Amino acid sequence: MNVTLRVWRQKNAETEGRFEEYEAKDLNPNMSFLEMMDVVNEDLTDKGEEPIAFAHDCREGICGTCSCMIDGKPHGPEHGVATCQTYMRSFNDGDKITVEPFRAKAFPIVKDLVSDRAAFDEIMQAGGFVSIRTGAAPDANSIPVPKEAADLAMDAAACIGCGACVAACKNASAMLFVSAKAGQLNTLPQGQPEKDKRVLNMVATMDEAGFGNCTNQYECSAACPKLISEEFIAKFNRDFTAASVRSWFAAKAL
Amino acid sequence: MNIFHTLFKTSIGKKIVMAVTGFILIGFIVGHLVGNLQIFSHPDKINEYAHFLQSLGPALWLVRAFLLLTVVLHIGVAIALVLENKAARPQGYAGQKTLKASYASRTMRYSGVIVLAFIIYHILHFTVRITHGSEAYPQTLLHGEVVADVHSMMVLGFQKPLVSVFYLISVGLLSWHISHGLASMFQSLGLRSRAWSSALQKLSVVFAVVYFLGNAAIVVAPLSGMVKVQNPALLTSAGQPCSTDCQVCETRVAKN
Amino acid sequence: MKLDSKIPSGPLDKKWEKHIVDGKLVNPANKRKYEVIIVGSGLAGASAAATLGELGYSVKCFTFHDSPRRAHSIAAQGGINAAKNYQNDGDSVYRLFYDTIKGGDFRSREANVYRLAQVSSNIIDQCAAQGVPFAREYGGLLANRSFGGAQVSRTFYARGQTGQQLLLGAYSALSRQIGLGTVQMHNNSEMLELVVIDGEAKGIVTRNLNTGKVESHSAHAVVLATGGYGNVFNLSTYARNSNATAAWRAYRKGAAFANPCYTQIHPTCIPVSGDYQSKLTLMSESLRNDGRIWVPKKVGDKRPPAEIPEEDRDYYLERKYPSFGNLAPRDISSRSAKEVCDEGRGVGPSGLGVYLDFGDAINRLGEDAIRERYGNLFDIYKEITNESAYEVPMRIFPAVHYTMGGLWVDYNLMSNIPGLFVMGEANFSDHGANRLGASALMQGLADGYFVLPYTIPHYLADVPRDPAPPTDAPEFKQAEAEVADRTAKFLGNEGKESVKSFHKRLGKIMWDHCGMARDKAGLEEAIKLIPALREEFWENVNVPGEGAELNQSLEQAGRVADFLELGELMCRDALAREESCGGHFRVEHQYPDGEAKRDDDNFAHVAAWEFKGENQPPERHQEKLEYEEVHFATRSYK
Repeated sequence: MNVTLRVWRQKNAETEGRFEEYEAKDLNPNMSFLEMMDVVNEDLTDKGEEPIAFAHDCREGICGTCSCMIDGKPHGPEHGVATCQTYMRSFNDGDKITVEPFRAKAFPIVKDLVSDRAAFDEIMQAGGFVSIRTGAAPDANSIPVPKEAADLAMDAAACIGCGACVAACKNASAMLFVSAKAGQLNTLPQGQPEKDKRVLNMVATMDEAGFGNCTNQYECSAACPKLISEEFIAKFNRDFTAASVRSWFAAKAL
Repeated sequence: MNIFHTLFKTSIGKKIVMAVTGFILIGFIVGHLVGNLQIFSHPDKINEYAHFLQSLGPALWLVRAFLLLTVVLHIGVAIALVLENKAARPQGYAGQKTLKASYASRTMRYSGVIVLAFIIYHILHFTVRITHGSEAYPQTLLHGEVVADVHSMMVLGFQKPLVSVFYLISVGLLSWHISHGLASMFQSLGLRSRAWSSALQKLSVVFAVVYFLGNAAIVVAPLSGMVKVQNPALLTSAGQPCSTDCQVCETRVAKN
Repeated sequence: MKLDSKIPSGPLDKKWEKHIVDGKLVNPANKRKYEVIIVGSGLAGASAAATLGELGYSVKCFTFHDSPRRAHSIAAQGGINAAKNYQNDGDSVYRLFYDTIKGGDFRSREANVYRLAQVSSNIIDQCAAQGVPFAREYGGLLANRSFGGAQVSRTFYARGQTGQQLLLGAYSALSRQIGLGTVQMHNNSEMLELVVIDGEAKGIVTRNLNTGKVESHSAHAVVLATGGYGNVFNLSTYARNSNATAAWRAYRKGAAFANPCYTQIHPTCIPVSGDYQSKLTLMSESLRNDGRIWVPKKVGDKRPPAEIPEEDRDYYLERKYPSFGNLAPRDISSRSAKEVCDEGRGVGPSGLGVYLDFGDAINRLGEDAIRERYGNLFDIYKEITNESAYEVPMRIFPAVHYTMGGLWVDYNLMSNIPGLFVMGEANFSDHGANRLGASALMQGLADGYFVLPYTIPHYLADVPRDPAPPTDAPEFKQAEAEVADRTAKFLGNEGKESVKSFHKRLGKIMWDHCGMARDKAGLEEAIKLIPALREEFWENVNVPGEGAELNQSLEQAGRVADFLELGELMCRDALAREESCGGHFRVEHQYPDGEAKRDDDNFAHVAAWEFKGENQPPERHQEKLEYEEVHFATRSYK
């Protein structure tokens, strides 16, 4: 099969970008989208042109590095997969495919299809952890966790941090990511002591990073390669409200 | 962290303000609709109700101030949110697909703006009463007291096709706004889960439809002639006989 | 070169305790004066950075990824072993230790492996406390499963994403320290040189992948946690960007490289579908419980599988190994697949694949039963190949997925260069010639949380508390110049062939000559072919773009250049090791039934290679493996 690619090319964060068209010929429908990009890049390299920069690594849908906006949807037309798990058979022969980077103020473009998602790391540094000193943990079975809580926490923990939620959101909000990360820990007994602090700090950092506000439209969840539910956003809103109210009335130590 | 910071400086706080003010406003419009549905009852009912509200004096102004504050917060925070959201993606996509967002949810800002324009007109029309000449704002006798004839004012108002259509469109948009807003406020307040999200969405739509139909009935009834002006003074000046056996008419009929 | 393993004296089960007691400590007030560089942010790197930061050291952590959370530890599926004996099925530290030593075909250090088994329990405690959502039983306690043929259920897991969850746990601990300012994180920074001053590791030179900026970083100690080198084969289950550059640069600066030929090949991967292939995906081995493996009897039989009658099918594992059949061990199964494909009987478009047929199982048990057991695996298969394994047989082929070899380290995880520590898959220490399932995660976290934080003070306590050397020292300047030279050479080369093309060619040589089955002639040929390819690479490689920006071709060029050297060393090691053991199979050394034939008299040692200069043959050193507790036994699958 053959397709035409309309790809965003941008030298770096400072320069203006533009779309360029490339022909991808003689493709095997069973090649992945990124393998198709590899082929295009090999052609460009052989022709002495600069290949298209795109983020990728594990190519099995778990590292969260790949991040292409394909025809207006993060990770391409399929449901519940990352870009690397999108195959050319999802497209038709002769299609023109528009490929863009994930766009958000908080995700500045590094080059071509690569954007910088360091803002996610900053949010994690603000509260995405349980403060447990290495070696100080009690026996793992001394803290029973109801199976339902563990399963729910695992649903949230499946997040691969790719940023598709931000990319898909009309407001470029990071709520699905943040709520999944906080939701995992807030669901478990281990996360209870720092729950309020975690939620308040993560929201403050998220806001500071320049993400938009939740649309309550759940485009994030629909675009998520791990199909993380917007339920975690509701839970996060609830946790935030409770934490805020408690903080208004908290007794302060001298 | 203080309350003002939470509500006006954090993203979730702002959504909470939207939800809570939205909830208050929905509460108000429901009450407003129920009050206005009295148009289908005896004219005295609605006139009495209106007169009662007017007679509250300072309390009425307190309520009005509260509603105004609510509206201002709802709109002010909405503007802040829209500006922030625009800034959050300075460069848009060449073409972005919509995956599951409802049309209503994507047009909240537009439906909101039109509804705001409508509310202003509506207040000028029926509360301040300056959009039309004095003939649009008749008076009547109620328990021997001269009061505003709200019933006739409404009927007269909605007998004008242009006004009625504007009201219908606006109330339609308001219902549209609510069909997303009602379900959305539960999400913002954290009172939504997968188990009842679909029921919640359906309930919101049903609520919005019922709300629309109620309002539409009020508008359509005078337009279609189902509800007519019953103020004797207006009827006689128009040379029409009184058709309803209202208390006022009774007296008049007796005199004749 | 002196290879002193520094294994403590005393009984096996007391060595680690004794070592901790005997070791030196760094005064708490002085810890912040010591700077430690950690390269890599996978399980080992992130856990070590978090722990050392928490202890008070000034830590700088580097990753070439855009976030520490993306390291390839994240892709491990199965689970993590620990000798908790929560299942009351007779597990113990000793049993985990013995299984690991035996699984490694008696080519690992007793003391290291015993320590690994000892700290395995602490890892589970630590991770559970961090909020890792391990699978639970209804009572709220941790669930276990039996994995990789172990006779006890000691594997802890989080659905099929255990590696991801453990890595995110370590990442969360690391994030906390970054937030607290004890760890300085450098994302998008690839280590390109090790800096050795007066014989001790004192820093690294990195290139910022986004800006191209070459930077020097100095410290009192350097820790490498940079993973394995399986991508030397080009196609593997590794992430595309996994590379050996950090380890290789250290090797070139004098660190010994141990047992490079030990590579593990997994029998059930989805085969290559075309020349464009970038990645091989693992399918769980459990599929072999119900699938029957076969190829056509006739060479070149291209009929669709359904049209090949029973009498024309060769169920070769069942034929050759009647008692074990399709459940023959990984290496046997992998090698047999390669043999039938070499004979021209392979299936699929490339001819590199064998059928794993569920037809009989579906007839016997019904499709629903199969769906229940393997539904998610069949879905993955369908997603990748667009074929339904319920209707047509699955096609599988072996693929490289772990390297047991790595930089040589002593009991303290320190290489032969003082101040250079190596952890996780990047070192050679704990898996011998073969790694058991669910042990990679265990080793990475053991090294990072519980071993290095205890052993690094032994070294640091003797290092003067002066500031780390200035980065304008001549050694740094020289290393920077070397990096700049190499970059300039790549970009200025007027070559015609892409980096990827060279990588493919190297991968083919490695797979053909140093893959599942190796022989003298093939290895000797590879040792000729690789230097020739290397020479061609430097003359004819085409690296487009500029140096001062994100340039993925340039990144790959540097990595492939190092693979072109490492590949040769792997072949030399495989050639020198005249025995078969674990992941190293020499055709010349096998029992009549095809089982690997070890030579414990001559090869019960670690082979550590020393760099002797550009295009000079490296020197092979030996560290004898002393077994005080266990006795050599032949692995048997009958």
